[in-house]
Amino acid sequence: MGYNSKSPWLIHYDGSSCNGCDIEVLDSLMPLYDIERFGIINTGNPKHADIFLVTGSINAQNIRVVRHIYSQMLEPKVVVACGICACTGGVFRDAYNVIGGVDKAIPVDVYAPGCAVRPETIIDAVLKGVEILDEKARRLEAGEVLRDPDDLLDDEAVNARLAAMKAREK
Amino acid sequence: MATRTVIPFGPQHPVLPEPVHLDLVVEDEHVVEAIPQIGFVHRGLEKLVQKRDYNQFVYVAERVCGICSFGHGYGYAAATEKLLGIEVPRRVDYLRAILEELSRIHSHLLWLGLLADGFGFESLFNHCWRLRETILDIFQETCGGRIILSICIVGGMAHDIEDSMLRDVCDKLESLRHDYKIIVDTMLNDSSVRSRLCGVGYISFEDALELSMVGPFAKGSGVEHDMRTTGFGAYGDLEYFEPIISNECDCYARCKVRCEEVFQSIDIVKELVAKIPHDGIGGKPGPKVVPPEGRAHVLIEQPRGEAFYYVRGNGTKYLDRFRLRTPTSQNLAGMVRALQGVDLADVPMIILTIDPCISCTER
Repeated sequence: MGYNSKSPWLIHYDGSSCNGCDIEVLDSLMPLYDIERFGIINTGNPKHADIFLVTGSINAQNIRVVRHIYSQMLEPKVVVACGICACTGGVFRDAYNVIGGVDKAIPVDVYAPGCAVRPETIIDAVLKGVEILDEKARRLEAGEVLRDPDDLLDDEAVNARLAAMKAREK
Repeated sequence: MATRTVIPFGPQHPVLPEPVHLDLVVEDEHVVEAIPQIGFVHRGLEKLVQKRDYNQFVYVAERVCGICSFGHGYGYAAATEKLLGIEVPRRVDYLRAILEELSRIHSHLLWLGLLADGFGFESLFNHCWRLRETILDIFQETCGGRIILSICIVGGMAHDIEDSMLRDVCDKLESLRHDYKIIVDTMLNDSSVRSRLCGVGYISFEDALELSMVGPFAKGSGVEHDMRTTGFGAYGDLEYFEPIISNECDCYARCKVRCEEVFQSIDIVKELVAKIPHDGIGGKPGPKVVPPEGRAHVLIEQPRGEAFYYVRGNGTKYLDRFRLRTPTSQNLAGMVRALQGVDLADVPMIILTIDPCISCTER
């Protein structure tokens, strides 16, 4: 285990989730499942966080928020999509305001399916994420530059996605 | 004359499990005005009713919100049954009421935990969520899911819950009551909790009526408004039911109402289990049955208050319109009123005491 994985901090953002996955994410931090025993702490500050848990799908309003939180996080960072909506859009895939899974907005490292995702799955996914975190830390140490996608904060890229969504609706 | 500053609050904020954005206009440390902005969770769920047939849509309706998920499935199914003219067996009504009350206990325990987290009482937060697991275990044993139950279908229940299992539920609730009493004693009598809640976020009885607030938020201001008094479903068979109200009109009152509603719900579940009839659990309507042209609505009492479900059929298997008015959308106006003139540090407390459910509100 590298230094990062000893105590990775996580940040949670609720995309357009129905709350189900959302409270399961909080639940995995609670006494019964107790993800804190791995040294994992929930934080509200993106700059402090190593693992980004997103629940729910991406829609026209929150795509910019998700991208902003992601861009504020420092490398190495890992994104975990929690729940089937965050993976693919799930049951709301056909709804008019849903663009799709989180990978439509930011790069996703681990997918944790389920409706609602079970705390065991979340713990499993976060621990997978920790391995990726270590891997990224090694790459950083080796001198590699990890960079966000170029169009991350580019409003035009977001607008193009939204236009594609509208076209699909027609 | 202090200068005015606008402080953005949310959508990503540690006290908020869900995204909502508020522009807080402050003068020094006092909030002059709060301007809410919503839409971060909007999915366009109501429109999906035109793409899924009326039997499939009950699963979508359940996913309006993960906390009161059973209630939404119930509301949609009840409205559609009314439209189709189906009379469900009494056992179905009883089972639905039992699960609805269990959802209420789970929702209120969750909320008490979030409130404790809001004023920095970390251990109380953890204890509330530990107790909540009892209810989730009951859900898992009886229905198979922890959060999304998928047991309520149009025309009845997907499967029965056996009597022995229901008796087991009662035993578990009895031990929950014992543990919960200790938590409530801390919640309502601890001086540090009282100093954070008493007198904060005052909403008068008149304001509560004028802003047509619902649920524990209104009951905390002395408004006796509870859909369970109308006796929908199995609630009409209760020996005695009176909504719990409190006249203090502040955050403490709302907390007290919710704390006591849990005891009330435990009693309701026990009474219903003792009286449950055995006349089948209904089932899906036949493949030829389609909703006729027309409309139907039902009102049920969710953990957060009155919720309104409306369906309109057009003679095909797809419904024309599904409309849902959720308790939180009613209460947002009251929240904005309660935020005026408070200290900035009390803002999270007041937002929490309306128990906002953003994903219900925006669907």
